[in-house]
Amino acid sequence: MARNILVVGELVEGALSPTTAELLGQSTRLVDGGLVAVALLGSGASGAASAAFEAGADKAFTSDDAGYDQYNSDQWVNAVEAALDDVDAVLMAQSSVGRDMGPRLAARQNTAAAMDCVDVSDDDGTLKATRPAYGGNALAEYSFAASPAVATVRAKAFEPITSRSGASGEVVELSGAGESRTTIQGRELAEVTGLLITDAKVVVSGGRGLGGPEGFEQVEALATAFGTSRAAVGASRAACDLGWYPVSQQVGLTGKVVTPDLYVAIAISGASQHMAGCSGSKMIIAINRDPDANIFQNSRYGIVADYKAVLPALIEAVKAAS
Amino acid sequence: MGPEERGAGGPTDVEEAMHFVVCAKQIPDPETPPSAFKIDETSNKVVPAQGFQPVLSQFDGIAAEAALRIKEAAGDDTKITVLSMGAESAQAAIKQVLAMGADEGVLLQDAAFEGGDSHATAKVLAAAIEKLGDVDAVFCGRQAADWDMGQVGLLIAEALGWPAAILAKDVQIADGTMTTTRVLANGFETVAQPIPAVVTVSNEFGEPRYPKLQQIMQAAKKTVTTMTHDELGLDPSEIGAAGARLKLERLYVPISNTQVEIIEGETPEDLAKNLVAKLVADKLF
Repeated sequence: MARNILVVGELVEGALSPTTAELLGQSTRLVDGGLVAVALLGSGASGAASAAFEAGADKAFTSDDAGYDQYNSDQWVNAVEAALDDVDAVLMAQSSVGRDMGPRLAARQNTAAAMDCVDVSDDDGTLKATRPAYGGNALAEYSFAASPAVATVRAKAFEPITSRSGASGEVVELSGAGESRTTIQGRELAEVTGLLITDAKVVVSGGRGLGGPEGFEQVEALATAFGTSRAAVGASRAACDLGWYPVSQQVGLTGKVVTPDLYVAIAISGASQHMAGCSGSKMIIAINRDPDANIFQNSRYGIVADYKAVLPALIEAVKAAS
Repeated sequence: MGPEERGAGGPTDVEEAMHFVVCAKQIPDPETPPSAFKIDETSNKVVPAQGFQPVLSQFDGIAAEAALRIKEAAGDDTKITVLSMGAESAQAAIKQVLAMGADEGVLLQDAAFEGGDSHATAKVLAAAIEKLGDVDAVFCGRQAADWDMGQVGLLIAEALGWPAAILAKDVQIADGTMTTTRVLANGFETVAQPIPAVVTVSNEFGEPRYPKLQQIMQAAKKTVTTMTHDELGLDPSEIGAAGARLKLERLYVPISNTQVEIIEGETPEDLAKNLVAKLVADKLF
């Protein structure tokens, strides 16, 4: 049965975010003859509409008002509500925007949001959302008893479509940012040096077993050995909570979800909380001195040893192979 | 004190004591090892693991800590009520927050509350907060460490028509304003909102305190009242399983088909060389 889907898009410096393109791609597979719409808010929105059409959108609701550049819930939720014209489902990223907007939008529409989904699919005409629960120990599948269904989706859950070069569509202008009960007093953005952890092909992560912040020097050296253009450094929540590494690099349920080709877990026990952030990796390898550590249950290769003994040799071997 | 009795965000002549609510949920122990984690797929429910007692969801303990620190900084007689929806066993979660320093407890216990989704749960919690009547701020954990949805705090705020800030690593409340520093994917943001408001607190806030033995004994004497749907004026058709808009169709343990291969080697150099040889064979270089 045909359904209409609205994707709440996000812009990164005026360009369509990769996850927006992924959500548009999946929407084209789910609409079954219905329309794919996108909402784009902030500087560059109308310019990004053409990229959204190439990524699968049929219709774009846009406002170039710079008042939308910083996500502010009241303003964004009101704008997206104005774009809910005969919509059966709303998809958005499980991002700083989606985490906040999904529940609010669902509440205002008297419907429900499924958060942090790894899949949104069609099950014999019914929309189905799949998401991890119990710290990643379980998967839960939901249907929606109210419309529009709202789902926030993890990055890289879906493939974008092959770009429909030169595609165009209808553009509807939304009004500018209105009132909000929230005043943003300031933002302190983490300095991103090099590759984003969510974009890296290789993620090398350290955990509590490193024994101290200085352990991350070797973790960083191993990432560098894989190549700064493809590897980034991550950390477990325990390591971040201890102040050993920046929160922006935290991998896990309460941090970033990463999906690299290779995930190297160093001195990480592998609690399900952590695995929830890295289990989508194509391959996991673990270095841990505890042979019973849970991380080995989820790894393709393991080295049972003290990281301090192994890493210098591994760094040299990786350098030689790269 | 209701919002209409306050100055427009500024200090009033007579400062009345504030009233905070901490929402606390009792959950299966998230430290249960994956090997002991079982699901009954006919009822779509987790089978309680032998030897693991249910616990206060860790983020709710952090939310309680945030409320207590504001109360202590204010140095006044701010009241903290801990609110939990659950079975009789949830008394333990309430008592834990009372032992940390909260003043009173409310247990929302009713068969009509069972089987709800986030929306149905928030409806009950919001009704209880309205019933309490004079609440200035609600503190929730960033997510319950069982379902990990992370939306009940926001849904309470929407039900009450209050502003909300999620993922707080710091929160202050003074002069009718809640100031929250919250965690973004790429940094932090500080926002100001008028109270009454809801805040959800993240692990970046810090560790919750451990109650002393004396506090645990005092907590046993603190009042815990119970409320049902009748007392909250809720229709059973809009709460619990009947009021759920998100229907759980299936809950299962995903099958891991990964078989680990432990790399052998006499020396660190051998281990490194043997591992890298595997990675080269798997075309990771």
